[in-house]
Amino acid sequence: MYKIAVVGDYDSIYGFATLGLGICPVKDREEIRDRLRRLVEEKYGIIYITEAAAAEVEDELEKYREKTLPAIIRIPGVSGNNGAGIEGVRKTVEQAVGSDILFGGVS
Amino acid sequence: MAAKQVNPTRMELTRLKKKRITAIRGHKLLKDKRDELMRQYLDLVRENMEVRRTVEAGIRSANRNFVIAKAGMSEAALNTALMAPKQEISLEADEKNVMSVDIPTFEYKTRTADENDIYSYGFAFTSSDLDGAVKSLADVLPAMIRLAECEKACQLMAAEIEKTRRRVNALEHVIIPETEESIKYITMKLDENERSTQIRLMKVKDMMLEDAHHYSEKQ
Repeated sequence: MYKIAVVGDYDSIYGFATLGLGICPVKDREEIRDRLRRLVEEKYGIIYITEAAAAEVEDELEKYREKTLPAIIRIPGVSGNNGAGIEGVRKTVEQAVGSDILFGGVS
Repeated sequence: MAAKQVNPTRMELTRLKKKRITAIRGHKLLKDKRDELMRQYLDLVRENMEVRRTVEAGIRSANRNFVIAKAGMSEAALNTALMAPKQEISLEADEKNVMSVDIPTFEYKTRTADENDIYSYGFAFTSSDLDGAVKSLADVLPAMIRLAECEKACQLMAAEIEKTRRRVNALEHVIIPETEESIKYITMKLDENERSTQIRLMKVKDMMLEDAHHYSEKQ
């Protein structure tokens, strides 16, 4: 049995609480890092993280990339979409194929 | 390419021949694995991109709705309304094995079956915009779960493809040519040894005959 959490600044994520997802409002880099570690230990299966917060802890996310669980997924925050999510997908294509043959140029 | 130092013996030759057969077989299998992984991956990543676009658009519009809802209410009222969530989601995670990559599959259950249980507040003191905002967010949730599944699978498969591709290349361009080079070297060396033994024997025979019959003196 797993749970789902959303990490990010409070304004971006408070809505998810109504759906029954756990929300973790965070402010600075250290807090995000701590929170993320704790969530992984507490058996959260999916962790949604706002793109702004994800950008702060890029190296931490890299650690969980090759593990089956948890799935850490970037979502756009209230401040807008900076394209990091799409960029992440493109990066996996590059890793797999060698160069981005699918979404090159169009975004 | 300078061949590695190998002992030119028959035993080594047999060993290398076996190694070459294994390497060629492994290479073929890994190549098949890579191709199949790639095929599945490309399908998956296309879906991944599509779902991501849907989710991002959904969340963007939900966020917009929340901002509007927030504007119509006092912050305290909004916080009170959302303080105690009614609904709870539990997630069942399973693992599916696709070409030896373990990818997770998610299935979620809400605590209550009624999908309208997302409104954790009485309707009297909140603006109707909030209802819309919460609803729009709830609508994105299935796509979000699917996105998590897809994106994780893509990441895992991409890593596996990279690994497999390296192995294929290492076998194709390093292990197999090296082994073949060594095999060639040993065969040549053995042939050469055989020829020299032959010649030595012929020479010895000549010398022995000479000793016995003294051909050169009779001429």
